[in-house]
Amino acid sequence: MTTETNNTIQFTPERLAKANEIIARYPEGKQKSALLPLLHLLQEQEGWTPAEGMDYVAELLNIEPIEVYEVATFYTMYHVKPVGKHVIEYCRTGPCCLMGGEEVFAHLKQRLGIEAGQTTVDGQFTIKEVECLAACGMGPVFQVREKYHMHLTNERVDEIIDELSK
Amino acid sequence: MATKILTEHVAVPGIETFDVYRKQGGYTAVEKALKTLSPEAVVEEVKKAGVRGRGGAGFPMGMKWSFLAKPEGVPRYLVCNADESEPGTFKDHYLMKNLPHLLIEGMIVSSFALGANKSFIYVRGELMYVIHILEKAIAEAKAAGFLGKNILGSGYDLELVVQPGGGAYICGEETALLESLEGKRGNPRNKPPFPAVKGLYQSPTVVNNVESIATTPWIINNGGDAYAAIGIGRSTGTKLISASGHIRKPGVYEIDLGVSVEDFIYADEWCGGIRPGHKLKAVVAGGSSVPILPADKILTTAAGEKRLMTYESLSDGGFQTGTMLGSGGFIVFDETACIVRNTWNFARFYHHESCGQCSPCREGTGWMEKVLHRIEYGHGHQQDLDLLVDVAKKIEGNTICPLGDAAAWPVASAIRHFRDEFQWHIDRPHEATQPGAVYKGDMAASADRLV
Repeated sequence: MTTETNNTIQFTPERLAKANEIIARYPEGKQKSALLPLLHLLQEQEGWTPAEGMDYVAELLNIEPIEVYEVATFYTMYHVKPVGKHVIEYCRTGPCCLMGGEEVFAHLKQRLGIEAGQTTVDGQFTIKEVECLAACGMGPVFQVREKYHMHLTNERVDEIIDELSK
Repeated sequence: MATKILTEHVAVPGIETFDVYRKQGGYTAVEKALKTLSPEAVVEEVKKAGVRGRGGAGFPMGMKWSFLAKPEGVPRYLVCNADESEPGTFKDHYLMKNLPHLLIEGMIVSSFALGANKSFIYVRGELMYVIHILEKAIAEAKAAGFLGKNILGSGYDLELVVQPGGGAYICGEETALLESLEGKRGNPRNKPPFPAVKGLYQSPTVVNNVESIATTPWIINNGGDAYAAIGIGRSTGTKLISASGHIRKPGVYEIDLGVSVEDFIYADEWCGGIRPGHKLKAVVAGGSSVPILPADKILTTAAGEKRLMTYESLSDGGFQTGTMLGSGGFIVFDETACIVRNTWNFARFYHHESCGQCSPCREGTGWMEKVLHRIEYGHGHQQDLDLLVDVAKKIEGNTICPLGDAAAWPVASAIRHFRDEFQWHIDRPHEATQPGAVYKGDMAASADRLV
């Protein structure tokens, strides 16, 4: 497996070990299967998936950079542009809306002073609209990194923003 | 009394750990299958059980297994579809988070039946915390000798891999899922060849939903006949229903197939009725893609019989008066819900999630979203309703995968059953676009529209 590279972005030794462990899960010659997990690993480290990082992932998997770009741009979870420290991924789909999701979403945008797809000037928060997060019975819902925040109300949104701002 | 095939032990503290799960009788199906049954015998029990694909398609699982090609010297794969993304559906999320070992036990039994030595659980990437739960549970099962080489001295080897998705509804379609698992964009494949012949890495592959696989330990322990004794007719066993919307108790419920829709909505055991002070207007019974039905039609079939929570009863009357059980994503709307807004919302979802391969879906979903948006925001034209029906018809059946149908049905059914509400938006845009305005016209006049 590749351990030397000229890329400006590289995995930390721990993440490289993890990456190699992931790559070894698949049958011989099918290492491209590791692409989605490795992009998650890249995003976990960098906060988004910059081109240099994607080139590095292409090197690790011995595939063309375009094969990484086309995948990163197909799936909604990968941030192909820089984002804020906290990305709030807000469910905009029907069942959450039935539970007052649109009103709570309006409050969130007002509170942060930004629209969906924007980042606050201090670089702390990005709001991203997403589709159904499979938590419809607990709506309205948003996700920040791995954490699901459910049963949202305006008050609860304020508490979460205060907590994340600390 | 409902049978709890999947969720009997869900409330036991620590059930997500190997030790507690094992104490509750967990992994006995693995022991029974690997020590006393042949793979063919396991397939036979699942066939007898009559369990149908719980992801939404409802295709008999045992039959799907029996289609698996078995050429010499070629590996076979089992892939668990845990890409649960159909709006209104959150039962696999619930099952994996609370009962990870049930899925793992099911994966071992099912992989053994199919002769797979490396199996995958493809989980939507948003559920990364659930992926960690599953990985921890797999490590525990491996340490206890239920995974890895020569499981329980049977000579059978199995490795389980949890694969994260990257955020794409389309990857719930099985061939798109396989593309994604190979590290590519989630574009569905043309069929044939079916995955049973050429699936993952061009090898014979079975793709099954989480809930389907989770039924197999019970079936092995109790027998396929015992499973088939639950339910009605070809709707055997139990089903997890994800209940959301304007009900008193949203959540995931395991029901015997055959409970009446009325009981499911109003009984305290399940949804507990519509939220206080409100009335039932409509239901989407099987995830966002199935036809929406008004209150009277979801409770009663065209023949005047109580509608039941079965594949057959829910689809009774075809799309004129019926719908589908689908994934069991049961979304309830009371009289405060605007059907036009919800239909636009769903249309936006399908437009966003179309992979873009087939023109009818790529373009059609966009047109439907646009036309519905202008109706909802007071700029609709009289010809828009027929235009929507026409676009929906031209998508349906004309695409590689069922996403096109899934996008067409909610729009066509909303216009079929709530045409007057759409008409009101077009005729009286100033009224309809007031904040919180909801159509009350015909519904007030005809009492049976609200229950």
